[in-house]
Amino acid sequence: MGMAAESQFHVLAVDDSIIDRKLIERLLKTSSYQVTTVDSGSKALKFLGLHEDGATNPNTSSVSPNNHQEVEVNLVITDYCMPGMTGYDLLKKIKESSSLKNIPVVIMSSENVPSRISRCLEEGAEEFFLKPVRLSDLNKLGPHMLKTKFKDHNQKREKQEEKAAFQSPKRQEQEEQHQHQQQLLQQQSNNNKRKDIEEGLSPERTRPRYSGITAAV
Amino acid sequence: MALAALKTELKNFVQSMFEEGVLDSQFSQIQALQDSSNPNFVDEVITSFCSDAERIITELNRYLGYQNVDFSKLDSYVHQLKGSSSSIGAHRLKLACVNLRQASDDRNKEGCVRALNLITREYCLLRSKFQIVIQLERSIIALETNQQ
Repeated sequence: MGMAAESQFHVLAVDDSIIDRKLIERLLKTSSYQVTTVDSGSKALKFLGLHEDGATNPNTSSVSPNNHQEVEVNLVITDYCMPGMTGYDLLKKIKESSSLKNIPVVIMSSENVPSRISRCLEEGAEEFFLKPVRLSDLNKLGPHMLKTKFKDHNQKREKQEEKAAFQSPKRQEQEEQHQHQQQLLQQQSNNNKRKDIEEGLSPERTRPRYSGITAAV
Repeated sequence: MALAALKTELKNFVQSMFEEGVLDSQFSQIQALQDSSNPNFVDEVITSFCSDAERIITELNRYLGYQNVDFSKLDSYVHQLKGSSSSIGAHRLKLACVNLRQASDDRNKEGCVRALNLITREYCLLRSKFQIVIQLERSIIALETNQQ
């Protein structure tokens, strides 16, 4: 029945527009996430404990591999078009960082540019949302954050089990189940990826399927 | 009951803004995010939007006033205003921004001046209507607070 009582997921939202920061914060809080907002990519990196040149902040603990940042961030959602460091630049820096690369990143943009969308997805963004972002878009975030917790939890479990002398058939079965579940989560999120939307179509916006990136599990 | 009357007035007024195309459904999304734990949300968003829009329009006027217009600067500011307009549901203002963007892409200074005039007109119209919305929102909150 239940998941063990856990603290809420914490989302870091990055946007140079004050209105968009207000909106995304309200949307995220309405979805029961803890939120921190910053107005630039460099502030986002700072918050995550990373200097712009990629070096880890020496003040943050590096003892536990899961806790490089002072405050745990479960997902980064960032605007694409920002002065200085763009959302794409930020995405790259996060994915290039050994301590941060597992944090799911979502990109938002007011412009529907297919090449931009594929570039971001190829660089490792989980989702690409067209602005203005709606509450229904945020429903897609949960699986990405759960997957990371699941993966982290599983990595710990695997380490413990490596201490066992041999693989029992039961464990193989568990691994297969786990992989199957991950595939389901991945499929679900792939089916929900944001697609071509025509500007000017309101209020019903059609969302054709986006065929494309299948990430390896 | 005065409270119900105020709420109806607000609802009708916003509805008229939808019908005129001044606002689109995105504004409804914003209204939906306001609740008893965030009773001032609409007020805050409108206020932030207006101060930001005025800042940008001022800059647009400034850059368009130069002998040699820096069109890429212009474009960057229009992009911001278009984004904010879209986020708050300011439909006609957003269209006016698209207009300016087009003129800027064409490097057409005169066209830009005309487009900026349209933006200014649409913004002023929007602001005066938003002021009414804010007044109504605040009156409603005042009454609701008194009733508690």
